Amino acid sequence: MLTISNYVKAKTLEEAYELNQARSSRVMGGMMWMRLGNARVKTVIDLSGLGLDQIEESDNVIRIGAMCTLRQIEECEALREMYGDGIAESVRHIVGVQFRNQATVGGSIYGRFGFSDVLTAFLALDTFVELYDGGTIRLSEFVNRKPDKDILLSVIVRKSKRKFRYESIRQTKTDFPVIACSVVTGMVHGKETWYFSVGARPMKAALLEKQWEIPADASEDMIADYARQAASEFAYGTNMRGSAEYRRHLAEVLIRREMASILAEGK
Amino acid sequence: MEIQFVLNQKQVTAEAAADTVLLDVLRGLGCKSVKCGCETTNCGLCTVWIDGKSRLSCSVLAASVEGHEVTTLEGVEKEATEFGAFLAGEGAEQCGFCSPGFIMNVLAMFRELEDPGIDQIKEYLAGNLCRCTGYMGQLRAIQKYMQAKAEKNSGQPGEEAGAR
Repeated sequence: MLTISNYVKAKTLEEAYELNQARSSRVMGGMMWMRLGNARVKTVIDLSGLGLDQIEESDNVIRIGAMCTLRQIEECEALREMYGDGIAESVRHIVGVQFRNQATVGGSIYGRFGFSDVLTAFLALDTFVELYDGGTIRLSEFVNRKPDKDILLSVIVRKSKRKFRYESIRQTKTDFPVIACSVVTGMVHGKETWYFSVGARPMKAALLEKQWEIPADASEDMIADYARQAASEFAYGTNMRGSAEYRRHLAEVLIRREMASILAEGK
Repeated sequence: MEIQFVLNQKQVTAEAAADTVLLDVLRGLGCKSVKCGCETTNCGLCTVWIDGKSRLSCSVLAASVEGHEVTTLEGVEKEATEFGAFLAGEGAEQCGFCSPGFIMNVLAMFRELEDPGIDQIKEYLAGNLCRCTGYMGQLRAIQKYMQAKAEKNSGQPGEEAGAR
């Protein structure tokens, strides 16, 4: 059971950061996951009055405020224009519209949850996180950091010409994924580079980078070989939703489908 | 702590502890349509609108709605009754426990999506669970309601609300 002694709607980021340094303080996002846990929180800090609920697009980046909801990124035209339906696909299976109107991008990313679709999706893109104290760092670095008392301000996606696909498997609609896979490809420093992010293994999402030059007319067998190789480089675990071996198989299938879809677009 | 917000277009004041959820405050204020089902953000029974958006009141801290506008089924009674007749007409409720949350999300959908298709409807309402029915009655009710609205708007005679 979660108990909270004080609720503070922070007036400034400084105030929020200072309050959050106490061991028994917590920053609240959408409260979807925190509420289900067991904790005695002395002060819960609400960031909703600090203007972190906007998605801003500039020439080079799309900056998503930490308090933006999953529904906002699902409906964001800038993300759709840049990366197709991938981002919307990554969140549209998460419970229902009411849930996605409430759950925040910051809560999903900061929590670095093992089941997170959002983390799996953004990890494969050229993504950074902006922290109040820790500056701006790559999401791939942040994902492996131990949780601390910093505050996540925004998620920044660098606009780059990349193709993005996202797929997940669920035992039932609205459940956590059994496996979630993102595949991204584009030219990086003049070389064709593929990024694979696999989440819900059931560990938190991890990233794999490969400089593979795969012809657009690659045979199905060739794509399957690449997918098998990519899937084999992740570790998988067993829980009530599936065994490690089942997850490895699903990851291979999803990666193959996503690679084939990307290559077909290039034909 | 004391919180003030607009409930169904009326300014209200309520007492709430820091960890009181909006669901409990709303029921305390007499909005008994708001029900607690799963308490784990999955069933949609506790759906209300906050600033016009469907939200799950079982997981919203009451303190966080200070200064915001909250709408429950009691605030859209006429529209809810109208749509409810279609639900009844299609035999789309048995125990009826899920209906208030379901109706709130259906009405939110009508405000957000223009003429939604069957797949859009299913996806929008994925967060509303019903243990009694197989959802087919609800889907029929939604489609017939939309059809009746369209016919009314175009001036054509429509099917009577709730008629089988």
